[in-house]
Amino acid sequence: MKKERFITYEEALNEALHQEMTRDSRVFVFGLDVADHKRIFGTTKGLVEKFGKERCFSTPLSEDALSGFALGAAVNNLRPVQIHIRVDFMLLAMNQIVNMIAAYRYGSGGKLKVPLVIRGIIGRGWGQGFQHSKSLQSFFAHVPGLKVVMPTTPHDAKGLLTSAMRDENPVIMLEHRWLYWQTGAVPKATFTIPIGKSNVLRKGNDITVVATSWMNVEALHAADILKKKKRVNVEIIDPRTLSPLDDGPIIQSVKKTGHCIVADYDWMNCGFSAEVAARVSEKCHSKLRSPVQRVAFPETHCPTTRPLESVFYPNARDIVKAVEKALKLKPVDLSGEEFYSHEKKFKGPF
Amino acid sequence: MAKVSTKRALEFYKKLYLLRAAEEGIQRYYFDDEMKTPMHMSMGGEAIAVGVISALKKRDQVFGTYRSHAIYLAKTEETNKFFAELYGKATGEAKGKAGSMHLASPSRGFLGTSAVVATTIPVAVGAAFANKRKKNKKVVTVFFGDGAVDEGVFWESLNLAGLWKLPVIFIYEDNGLAIHTPTSKRQSYKSIEKIVSQFNFKVFKSDTTNVLDIYKIGEEAVKTARKNKPCFVHLRYYRYLEHVGVSQDFKAGYRSEKEFKKWYKKDPILLMKKELLKRGMNTSVIEKVEKSINRKIENSITLAQKAPFAPVRETFTDIFV
Repeated sequence: MKKERFITYEEALNEALHQEMTRDSRVFVFGLDVADHKRIFGTTKGLVEKFGKERCFSTPLSEDALSGFALGAAVNNLRPVQIHIRVDFMLLAMNQIVNMIAAYRYGSGGKLKVPLVIRGIIGRGWGQGFQHSKSLQSFFAHVPGLKVVMPTTPHDAKGLLTSAMRDENPVIMLEHRWLYWQTGAVPKATFTIPIGKSNVLRKGNDITVVATSWMNVEALHAADILKKKKRVNVEIIDPRTLSPLDDGPIIQSVKKTGHCIVADYDWMNCGFSAEVAARVSEKCHSKLRSPVQRVAFPETHCPTTRPLESVFYPNARDIVKAVEKALKLKPVDLSGEEFYSHEKKFKGPF
Repeated sequence: MAKVSTKRALEFYKKLYLLRAAEEGIQRYYFDDEMKTPMHMSMGGEAIAVGVISALKKRDQVFGTYRSHAIYLAKTEETNKFFAELYGKATGEAKGKAGSMHLASPSRGFLGTSAVVATTIPVAVGAAFANKRKKNKKVVTVFFGDGAVDEGVFWESLNLAGLWKLPVIFIYEDNGLAIHTPTSKRQSYKSIEKIVSQFNFKVFKSDTTNVLDIYKIGEEAVKTARKNKPCFVHLRYYRYLEHVGVSQDFKAGYRSEKEFKKWYKKDPILLMKKELLKRGMNTSVIEKVEKSINRKIENSITLAQKAPFAPVRETFTDIFV
């Protein structure tokens, strides 16, 4: 068997851009500082050297106009990839994203198409605070006409970004900064992961955890602890695409396990976790053996200082607690388990 | 004033008359309450749409606003899909999904409008970027009102187009009113031209309502933009009707009828008619042209009235490709 190649999430994104820009000359990349010395944490490395400054360029700080700019370029048959180094900055472009980009095809009666990609990076830790840490997938997934993807693994990052660049519709891709250093097996040749297809990240028969983005890392950690300490087998479903949501594998899993926890990397109130919980209630009502539980952000802002920030973010421990509750387990002995270890890894300034 | 043959002058008149007569058609039937779409009428500003669009080549592209009846008709010269769209019928350009505020005709290069002020300006800039990349020599023209320059995205877009030297023309249709608030109560600066010229734009300004004057300015702007120098064209006109709706509103108190009467003396349609008569054209020739346009409009309205609504499934289509 051929040996698998392991690369980081960051390298996977970079490779997807290189390969697709080579394949399709209509693809171009732009945004604040995409062509500077830091290259969006390495994900735009080598693009300006290989494809020239016409196809990879840094821009003025005009998020609103530049989103409209992407729409205009897409309508005229280019394939823009706009990058926001923080999702929070996308709020400056909300009018273009929601009123224009999402509705443009509909308003034209299907005569125009809008093939564009918006990449937004979710910050966390080392004082990112309440304006550098948002994920907002629930906002975006709420709007018809936008596809929303949140890859967790390097494999999915490459495959989904490639699919996004080939899609004829607007795709918003939300990337967690901490996932950038995760490594995984990724084929070197170009490939796609279909948008709108959920993935079973870990198989199990006892309880279903539906997790998004970074919460998959926490869910895997929780699953390891539960397996080791309680012989509980957790099944983890990573939807990967939040809209349009492929709820089939989620429903199938909950019908099998009878229990569902939704661990969403966003605010709980009116969030994506509520959408999943509602669908599970509607479609698995008679099979549920415990109420659907949600693990997500509380109704407050992300504080800057570390001790409070750790209170804000849910983690593997919260998932373990939810599993205990659903399965009526005695408390798991968590002594010796380390949580929030990634905070130690992530250093500033940005 | 652009020097044109009498034959060409008549063509201009036909277009102007088409725009005016189409909106008069809307006025005639509006109170039947079958055209259920907020009407922002172009009446009074016809010379801008006709003058500028006549200076473009067919393949050039145009963006507009929610006040785009004139732009649609000047760019497409068709009235069947136009009225069907206003009546919300399946035969409309967007099957009734767009209505008056979102008119477009992509196959004829009219790439879109928006009901949120100023929001098509950056889209036009992006479209111009694509054209420049493809070296296809197409010029993009975007029309917007004086309310639009109060929006931040106008200034962002101005900067992008100037910075990247894009083949785009900004048409600033200035009627002095954003809804009901005059420019004097909204703008702290005196001359937008002075500011815009610093953004690497070629700037034009005129108070004319004569379509041949505007055509001449348009030709100059198109020539300039085609060489990748963006243009800003400030054209003043008077909005004859209320902000939204088909009636006059001089009794509302925010403006006076006197002002209207002053501008109406140089009504773009009347000016062009006078020009034709001055050139010795027979009244009967002009009347014949007018009658033919009236018939075309009446016919389109009848067709629209009789047309079916889109089937229920259309509510859900055209979200994704």
